[in-house]
Amino acid sequence: MIVPLVMTLYFSTVRYNLMQPGEHAFVGLENFEFFVTDPGFGPAVLNTLLLLGSVIVATVVLGIGLALLVHEPFPGRGLVRVLLISPFFVMPTVNALLWKHMMMNPIYGVLAEVWRFFGAAPVDWLTEHPLFSVIVMISWQWLPFACLIFITSLQSLDREQMEAARMDGANALQRLWYLVLPHLARPVAVVVMIEMIFLMSVFAEIYTTTGGGPGHASTNVAFLIYTQALLSFDVGVASAGALFAVLLANIAAVFLIRLVGKNLDR
Amino acid sequence: MKLKPCLALVLGLGVAGSTLAATELVVATVNNGHMIEMQKLTKHFEQAHPDIKVKWVTLEEGVLRQRVTTDIATKGGQFDVMTIGMYETPIWGKKGWLKELRPDAGYDVDDLLPAIRSGLSSDGKLFAAPFYGESSMTLYRTDLVKKAGLSMPDRPTWEQVRDIAAKVHDPKAGVYGICLRGKPGWGDNMAFLSTMVNTFGGQWFDLQWKPQLNSKPWKDAVGFYVDLLKKYGPPGASANSFNENLALFNEGKCGMWVDASIAASFVSDPKQSKVADKVGFAQAPTAVTPKGANWLWAWALAIPASSQKADAAQKFIHWATSKDYVKLVGKEVGWGNVPTGTRKSTYATPEFQQAAKFADAELKAISTANPNDSTLPKSPYVGVQFAAIPEFQSIGVAVGQQMSAALSGRVTVDQALAASQTAAEREMRRGGYYK
Repeated sequence: MIVPLVMTLYFSTVRYNLMQPGEHAFVGLENFEFFVTDPGFGPAVLNTLLLLGSVIVATVVLGIGLALLVHEPFPGRGLVRVLLISPFFVMPTVNALLWKHMMMNPIYGVLAEVWRFFGAAPVDWLTEHPLFSVIVMISWQWLPFACLIFITSLQSLDREQMEAARMDGANALQRLWYLVLPHLARPVAVVVMIEMIFLMSVFAEIYTTTGGGPGHASTNVAFLIYTQALLSFDVGVASAGALFAVLLANIAAVFLIRLVGKNLDR
Repeated sequence: MKLKPCLALVLGLGVAGSTLAATELVVATVNNGHMIEMQKLTKHFEQAHPDIKVKWVTLEEGVLRQRVTTDIATKGGQFDVMTIGMYETPIWGKKGWLKELRPDAGYDVDDLLPAIRSGLSSDGKLFAAPFYGESSMTLYRTDLVKKAGLSMPDRPTWEQVRDIAAKVHDPKAGVYGICLRGKPGWGDNMAFLSTMVNTFGGQWFDLQWKPQLNSKPWKDAVGFYVDLLKKYGPPGASANSFNENLALFNEGKCGMWVDASIAASFVSDPKQSKVADKVGFAQAPTAVTPKGANWLWAWALAIPASSQKADAAQKFIHWATSKDYVKLVGKEVGWGNVPTGTRKSTYATPEFQQAAKFADAELKAISTANPNDSTLPKSPYVGVQFAAIPEFQSIGVAVGQQMSAALSGRVTVDQALAASQTAAEREMRRGGYYK
């Protein structure tokens, strides 16, 4: 753990490009400057946060909705639950390819067919809404995870309390607001935490679908570091970028832990 | 987690111990059709050389490039034979990272096409042997062009191409006037766009190494390209590269397609193309100058300087890029599938002439490309659709991103070129070309 970090720290302060080996001259903070002044840097940070926020909101809201739907017993509930969970077992790259070709392709995709059926011109998703498309893919992938946590947590909801509330004349919305949601506060915190950790470094979906483009429209910090490291072979700048990503993750984590911590204390 | 590789290693060593006599060559290559064929035919080589075993590492182009570059730059020594392109060869050769190839008389080095040979040499030394070479050309649907009452000249201008595209374009019937590359990458959309810029009279860098991306020829060329694809191209063009366009063309959805000459053998193969009997070939379109209008590329086999098994590697390269190998493919697989664009003798073979109706067009395209003189104003770099300098990859990637953004209409052509110029200048300054 400590060795790679120290190596990264060292690399980030020397000029080290694989295509021009030789002297590793000490350049101080030049690599950091170079990374931060990259024209893609601003959009990348913004996209990272947008992606994180949207996916977390989408999965939590839809996850709670779905969990409530399958909470009451109905015929075939087991099967529905299995189907709900299944997207989580699809590999990220496969998920991306599935969406790219099967769903979103403007010529032969399912969505294009639907659009044509209603007489509209098919949308070229990955060109016109690249970041939105990536958000859709990742939300689809992470929804089962959120759903699973909420389903299990609803199992421990006190039925007698719910029953009592109903007798006292609380309607469904009131019951949801005063009983179910407070009960779900902790699992929500857990889902947000875990998704945050994993979604910081989303890469496969972007790599396989949009390649960060068009322009920098769907480049996030992880992808920007990849372009520096493996397309420009600039180890120095990529290391600086990696350290920046560590910093970003820590800032986000501090805020989050405070937020979640408040929830857990109650 | 860690235990498994160790176990495998121990077991592997046990097995390897019994066949220690054989030299194992690790060959890294691209997952293109021709290379897959070479893997299948390797048994012929192993039969002739029982003391050599060949182990294949087959990767997608981008991944291969990353793997071999990191390996050779860090002297990793994972590979004994690498498949590299015309871009890397002169750079790495100059740095002394590759072993010079000195094939014997039986190999007939002078049989190699001069353009390809010079592109794989540095200071007159050959550093990689061409496995297959390609240029770019115009592929078109003879039936659609005829129906439109037009004809395709042997060397069309971009204006003529636009007129034909306008006539052929019929999205209702699922036919788009022209398919071109739009996917960002220095080997994807920039390979094609560079040739377009060349023929519009532009260049990547002037003699002082100053990037020229905001010059008039670039604006003309990129403006023309964006306009053409927006009006007469398929939807989602900014995500298409060679394979996507090949699929579209084979499905009969493109009226024209300007891309690698290797495509000719795929689109005229009835096994995979629905329009195999309706394809015509012409040279790549020109505008202001014919210079650099068609690219030159070769995938070639090279030996990293750090390889411990240079002799065996030489033997293998000798076999895979020889006249006999071409004959072997012709016999085993068919003359329509032999690797082309490397040897004069291939084009002189009657069986090949018969099987490949695109042979003449391809040979002409390759012979007219000159990596040392491909731009109207003089340029300091070598390469038709790239500049053979280490900085070019990251510049090409950044510019490619901007071009795809311009194509998708997110930014104007002028904005995209201004951003590209800034990115290119940054890289060149960092590379120490000027202050």
